[in-house]
Amino acid sequence: MAKIAYRDAVRDAMSEEMARDSRVFLIGEEVAQYNGAYKCSKGLLDKFGPDRVIDSPISEAGFSGLAIGAAMYGLRPIVEFMTFSFSFVAFDQIVNNAAQIRYMSGGQIKIPMVFRGNSGGGHQIGATHSHAPENIYATFPGLKVVVPAFAADAKGLLKSAIRDDNPILVIENEALYGRESEVPDGDYLTPIGKANILQEGTDVTIVTHGRSCWTVLEAAQELHKMGIRAEIIDLRSIKPLDWPTVFASVRKTHNLVCVDETKPFCGVSAQVAAEVQRACFDHLDAPILRVTSVEAPMPFSSALEDECIPNVARIIEAVKQVVS
Amino acid sequence: MTQKPLPTGAGVLATTQPLPDYGKAPELSREDRLRWYRLMFLTRKFEERSYQSYQTGLIGGFCHLYNGQEAVAAGTFAAITDADPVITAYRDHAHGLMRGIRPGPAFAELYGRATGVVKGKGGSMHYFNVDKQMYGGHGIVGGQTALGLGLAFATKYLGEKKVCFCYMGDGAVNQGAFHESLNLAQLMKIPVIYVIENNMYSMGTAVERHSAPVELYKRALGYDMMGVRAEAQDFDLVRQVSWTLAERARKENMPAILELMTYRYRGHSMSDPQYYRSKDEVEEYRKHDPVEILRGRILSEGTVSEKDLDKLEDEVRKEVQESHEWALASPYPAQSEIYTDIYA
Repeated sequence: MAKIAYRDAVRDAMSEEMARDSRVFLIGEEVAQYNGAYKCSKGLLDKFGPDRVIDSPISEAGFSGLAIGAAMYGLRPIVEFMTFSFSFVAFDQIVNNAAQIRYMSGGQIKIPMVFRGNSGGGHQIGATHSHAPENIYATFPGLKVVVPAFAADAKGLLKSAIRDDNPILVIENEALYGRESEVPDGDYLTPIGKANILQEGTDVTIVTHGRSCWTVLEAAQELHKMGIRAEIIDLRSIKPLDWPTVFASVRKTHNLVCVDETKPFCGVSAQVAAEVQRACFDHLDAPILRVTSVEAPMPFSSALEDECIPNVARIIEAVKQVVS
Repeated sequence: MTQKPLPTGAGVLATTQPLPDYGKAPELSREDRLRWYRLMFLTRKFEERSYQSYQTGLIGGFCHLYNGQEAVAAGTFAAITDADPVITAYRDHAHGLMRGIRPGPAFAELYGRATGVVKGKGGSMHYFNVDKQMYGGHGIVGGQTALGLGLAFATKYLGEKKVCFCYMGDGAVNQGAFHESLNLAQLMKIPVIYVIENNMYSMGTAVERHSAPVELYKRALGYDMMGVRAEAQDFDLVRQVSWTLAERARKENMPAILELMTYRYRGHSMSDPQYYRSKDEVEEYRKHDPVEILRGRILSEGTVSEKDLDKLEDEVRKEVQESHEWALASPYPAQSEIYTDIYA
């Protein structure tokens, strides 16, 4: 097992799957000659050539639709969005075509493809470039949504997504691309729809995903010093969501704090809270609390932005309130 | 209201670049010619029956009829093979019937039955028959233009030497997805032909009220692309120009816009009272009917007698009536079908 950067895990996943299956190709802005805006496709052009690693003009609706059409014909495209904030330019293609053509064709068509790329705020790039859209796409039946937090899952989830016969959004995060963590050797796959218990505990369950996993792990160390043992669940997959793992943990700890970077209104944490209160009502010792992004567009100033994304202080405050 | 130009029989009216000369399209056999006539006649009768069914409340939702435009689908399809992928918008009954969907499942879909071509999940606007490379049936105006690009891309990626015909109405030329697709098609040399079925109205908005250039084939100029405007009431003329563009796509991977000047006799959809045009205009167009033009040509060629053609038409009328009744007798989908076909 080697420690590698998240971006290299993404690249390894694409490289291995392209070598394995000639139907897999990559298309997006700057993915070929530039090696990817975040260097996730470094070296792939040299390895697979311009027919399979394709630089697109800035034309999200066009190249997303092209990839969906190619998937309808049996290819297995990977679309890179430079950031998922730009995926909204292709919203119709993703939610009306990729998500629904299988259903509307009475099951005649499969759309085996991946949309992947950076997301989230925290880099002073303003409101239009800082969306965390996993909750939005998860509302559409027909789509699957996964959010890897660590290099192992960046590789394992992406490889599983490329092999899956459905349209899947793999939502990465700029803050994570350079972070190193251990990745199992060989043909490593992370199952889609299976959460990961990052740390076992007895006092409170913290359900989180994506970049917030790292923030929660940091907060957990502080909580530990206060004598609070948190059980941390990394959802990894937003749709489908691993409810049995979440419910079992809440029935053990009797408390729940949800932490994620989507907006509070109709966000991922709102969905988790609703399901847990229904399934685990008699097991809860306190109201469920949520730590999310805030009900505002993302501000530019770092002094403001840091408060808009879940941080260690807000997580500790919520946990203390729940377990008190 | 501007008077719409009537067909002259000229065929190709204008191009943005010289058309390559690949000669005449291969002759159709007597049987093939009759088969295409039969499909055009079937489409006409299917749509007439659909019109009645809509009026009597058997069809819910939207229903867009193809009456008057039959030579567009038939003439273009007859220029390619059933191995070449096609995709269209929501006025899709003709494309479905001419790519192998039987009238029974086609009616059953309109009536929301389990035996419908897409199990009652898509309705009038979403006919699919992937076995015959018919990829829908799409409800969002212009959304399918990017998918057609992708189908054509895939055939090129796989080295198949195919061409994709992607159909759209004149109203779709103002959608962003179409312009992005044109740029990508020419830039990446993708063998897709965009067939603009110009029936001169985007719902109720006439072309001169929705498009800055009223000659829609000229949209190709912005992308250094081949654009062709041609008349579309004559099956043989449509087939010839379509064949030339298909050959060019196969040989050179070059896309094109083919603007076919046609006319729909019915409203945009069944709920359209058609205040935007005169009855006289519609009647003038009916004098240039694509089904009648091909019928007259077949008879004048003398390879089929009028008696045999009458017999063929009677068979089609019977098939349409029986298919309609079969569809009406079909069950509705089970409630459990709501949750199938969402994920593969």
